[in-house]
Amino acid sequence: MSHDIVLKVIAKLLIPFILLFALYVQFHGDFGPGGGFQAGVIFAAGIILYALTNGPDAAMRIMPPRLLTPLAALGVLLYGGVGIATVLLGGHFLNYDVLAHDAVHGQHYGILLIELGVGVTVASVMLVIFFAFITQEP
Amino acid sequence: MLLTFLVATALAVVRLRSLFAVVMLSGIYSLVTAGIFIALDAVDVAFTEAAVGAGIATMLMLGTLRLTGHRQVAPRHSPLLPLLVVTITGGVLLWGTRDMPRFGDPAAPVHHHVAPRYIEDSPTEVGVPNMVTSVLASYRGFDTLGETVVVFTAGVGVLALLGIGGRRRRDEGAEDTDDDGGTRPG
Repeated sequence: MSHDIVLKVIAKLLIPFILLFALYVQFHGDFGPGGGFQAGVIFAAGIILYALTNGPDAAMRIMPPRLLTPLAALGVLLYGGVGIATVLLGGHFLNYDVLAHDAVHGQHYGILLIELGVGVTVASVMLVIFFAFITQEP
Repeated sequence: MLLTFLVATALAVVRLRSLFAVVMLSGIYSLVTAGIFIALDAVDVAFTEAAVGAGIATMLMLGTLRLTGHRQVAPRHSPLLPLLVVTITGGVLLWGTRDMPRFGDPAAPVHHHVAPRYIEDSPTEVGVPNMVTSVLASYRGFDTLGETVVVFTAGVGVLALLGIGGRRRRDEGAEDTDDDGGTRPG
């Protein structure tokens, strides 16, 4: 949308750190503040900044909606799949204890996987909604 | 201090007629709210508020303004009745808070229901240092699954109503069929 060189350069400097911070929040959510939802939103915000400075078409080339819509479903399926897996392994739905030989390890795997599912779904849905709004003709 | 900012922003939002300024102020409102959450040591919530409220929601509002126009039409009817309803509702809500325990009261019921069990057992049961994560992802896994489905449903709803690049397909025909996130009949 904008052709301002200052905005473009500053955004180019910031975006890698925003995306990296999103991944940090995603995978460090067990230890520090954060988790899948926050990570997904921050990731989406980074891409939205790219879309604002380089135009929605450039953003839709790196994050094609064709890819985003299945990803949104994939995150939910991953979450639900972990639940089904725990049932098949003999536990209750979403009881991660049975995912590994040790209950605490199982909890870690379970939390990591479902947070990944949440993050993927949230990031894709936020981007899909943003693209849907920004590509409308006034 | 932050609450004063919050009230000032809210009053400005009510007074202004330029919707662009209102959207910007609502972004500031969210940012100040995030600051309040940080002051309350709820960093996870502050993250979310800053990224969603101040970032993405503001962008979506701007995208909507692009479609609708920037000025708010002055209301024709008298503002007295809505003001009365809002005042009464606010008064009732304030009156209701008198029954609630004081902020930070250790004897409050919320600190004696399931919280002690989480605090005492989650380091050995879940073993995740961030207790918020262990409550959200493990003890309350059902709720989080529900939230994720809600987010997913929101995306599906927006796609069903708006679709991505619907105008482009009409204008340029089959030239750019990359973005078939949602199809729009007609």
